Amino acid sequence: MSLLLFRVDDRLIHGQVVIGWGRPLGIDFIVLVDDAVRESSWEQDIYRMGVPPEIEVIFANREEAARDFAQWSGSSRRGILLSGSVDTMAALSEAGVAIPRLNLGGVHHNPGRVERLPYLYLTDEELRLLEKMERSGVEVTAQDLPTATPMALKALV
Amino acid sequence: MSETVRGVVACHGRLAEALIDAVERISGIKGALVPVTNSECDKGLIEQRIATAAGAGPAMVFTDLPSGSCLIAAATLARRQNAIVVVTGVNLAMLIDFVFHRELPLAEVAAHVAASGHKAIQVPG
Repeated sequence: MSLLLFRVDDRLIHGQVVIGWGRPLGIDFIVLVDDAVRESSWEQDIYRMGVPPEIEVIFANREEAARDFAQWSGSSRRGILLSGSVDTMAALSEAGVAIPRLNLGGVHHNPGRVERLPYLYLTDEELRLLEKMERSGVEVTAQDLPTATPMALKALV
Repeated sequence: MSETVRGVVACHGRLAEALIDAVERISGIKGALVPVTNSECDKGLIEQRIATAAGAGPAMVFTDLPSGSCLIAAATLARRQNAIVVVTGVNLAMLIDFVFHRELPLAEVAAHVAASGHKAIQVPG
């Protein structure tokens, strides 16, 4: 499997992703699944700025991600699939994207969200979606960095 | 004379506060720079923090990395507000230079501090 990490992080491509996870995993590409960024060339330029040139950044919307997932997962290169929301990952899972493990790396405060960890705030609906994913076979854990201890979803409820 | 440029330092963790503290200790000029941290917030809230710190007048937003949440938030804001310029790769030399040149037009200050920042990076010996 060449997609080594499936991560939810509302800061999208930033230091924890590129350096914190990217270096130890030795990644060759990052797939950013975000409908808004997919439509914004200037935002794509900024996200690319922070990624070393040897790492490819692929911008996809949900539909493209579901369509091209097999190609990425079958690649001999090593990658991370990243989205900013639980909703997007749940939608991909519903669309048949086989996510073995889901990393909750950073979802910050918004109205309706409750603090589960200092870097993780979830609404009850987001929690319900994650529980549904787990029932379908996805192992869901919260872990901001590889050096941190992963927390099981049930510990966050 | 141009309107005085306000400086906003937007960084990871407590870096902005530490940099500003060092600038004030070295230059003796207080209040020219406002710290913003990206801790415990998403990019929308970082943008809001930067906007509040920048105010309505001309402002220069310094970010630490040429990527990441601080830059995305600052660049998003600068697209809406013409009076904001973003400079990445902040260092102490750049900020010290900034506090002494805040009366220059915004574009000139940006070029000036970027040159100072580059010049400060050396390998002695």
